Amino acid sequence: MREFNYYRAGSVRDAAKRLAAGGNAMLLAGGMTLLPALKMRFNQPSELIDLAGINELKGIKLSRKGAHIGAATTHVEVAGNVELRAAVPVLSQVAESIGDPQVRNRGTLGGSVANNDPAADYPAAALGLGATIITNKRKISADNFFVGMFETALNAGEVVTEVLFPLPQRAGYAKFPNPATRYALVGVCVAQFKSGVRVAVTGAGSSVHRLEDFEEALERDFSPGALEGIPVSAANLNDDMHASAEYRAQLVGVMARRAVAMALD
Amino acid sequence: MDVQVSFTLNGKTVSAAASSATLLVDLLRNRFGLTGTHVGCDTSQCGACVVHVDGASVKSCTMLAAQVDGCAVDTIEGLSGDGELHPLQQAFHEHHALQCGFCTPGMIMSAADLLKRNPRPSELEVRDWLEGNMCRCTGYHNIVKAVRAAAGAMGEEGS
Ligand SMILES: Cc1cc2nc3c(=O)[nH]c(=O)nc-3n(C[C@H](O)[C@H](O)[C@H](O)COP(=O)(O)OP(=O)(O)OC[C@H]3O[C@@H](n4cnc5c(N)ncnc54)[C@H](O)[C@@H]3O)c2cc1C
Ligand code: FES
Ligand code: FES
Repeated sequence: MREFNYYRAGSVRDAAKRLAAGGNAMLLAGGMTLLPALKMRFNQPSELIDLAGINELKGIKLSRKGAHIGAATTHVEVAGNVELRAAVPVLSQVAESIGDPQVRNRGTLGGSVANNDPAADYPAAALGLGATIITNKRKISADNFFVGMFETALNAGEVVTEVLFPLPQRAGYAKFPNPATRYALVGVCVAQFKSGVRVAVTGAGSSVHRLEDFEEALERDFSPGALEGIPVSAANLNDDMHASAEYRAQLVGVMARRAVAMALD
Repeated sequence: MDVQVSFTLNGKTVSAAASSATLLVDLLRNRFGLTGTHVGCDTSQCGACVVHVDGASVKSCTMLAAQVDGCAVDTIEGLSGDGELHPLQQAFHEHHALQCGFCTPGMIMSAADLLKRNPRPSELEVRDWLEGNMCRCTGYHNIVKAVRAAAGAMGEEGS
């Protein structure tokens, strides 16, 4: 790992100011993605701005609008929050399905959405629940936030401060973990709202995306059987040493039906 | 750039200067001679490097030394207090939960975090929890047995 300037930010403003100051500064949250990347020299920042000391970025709050989760809230805090589990159990299930306990002790929600790994779990939850990603500058709907592989709508100098998840009537997340990494080979989040059904899939393609055919079928009949027979094309799905595109296409249907069953449970 | 870090290490206040890019595990091993914390993969996968930071188990190959400034760090060397084996160490010994022993410090530090949160884990809960700890020798069976035995022993002592 190359040397860099290490800076502990005291507030979001402070972090944003350092980030905008030029050079090649990067934010450091849990470090569970960034530090391995630095070891591989995928990035060579001039400065790391550590968000760990910023209290305003931490915590979980429920309101009429939904669940507000601070960007620096760790996966273990999300998984263990009793009120959150009662209000949106699917979020606790997503958080506890990530990696292993040591990764969950450090990794954060903000780091996960900002990174937008094509096989990460939180992007599926954010897109499936129709979350709003809140930054120091603006509010971005999940539909506009996850742009492509490791790519988001964030601009240089922007800090994710909170993610607001609306509360669904019911929701489920089913994940087929890669047995080595625990990332999703395919993960599907299904959520039913008064206004309609949302279905988001991670791990299958180059980025998390919605499945409109599945959403329409579930709006007519919210049951696993409603998805039976809807074809999933393997054409644009990932094909690698872990699974073929055809296998992933098959898993999309299976995981979606399981997610619906979990939502109904 | 060098950073100055001060933290509590196995109960004692320490400080050191280190390069900003120094990993916590390297600081522990090279600066403080605490070689019980191992580096197996250096890619955040194997758990040989698990220590506790502010009471929570973490992979010390995936933290910067700079990040523990002001924190409490506990390593396998600090576990046994006054020379008596910790119940987990005793149980690993009795249940033959190691062969080469390379994964053992990380396994024990990880399991210690589990038992703090869940004093009576089921077999499945132990296996789930040890997801991030790899062992190339034992096949995990005896490790799981040892963790559950230690849970029993710690329960009897009321700790
Ligand atoms: C062994 C292992 C297994 C894993 N398994 C899974 C898994 O099963 N599922 C899964 O989803 N993930 C998994 N992960 C990834 C894990 O969830 C990471 O914690 C997460 O992707 C990144 O969060 P972080 O807080 O560690 O971010 P960091 O690594 O600190 O940062 C990641 C990126 O986000 C940026 N960033 C961080 N915070 C912000 C912010 N507030 N605003 C803007 N940008 C920000 C950083 O600059 C960096 O570019 C795994 C990681 C490891 C090491
Ligand atoms: S050496 Fe840290 S996880 Fe393998
Ligand atoms: S005892 Fe050899 S790696 Fe576990």
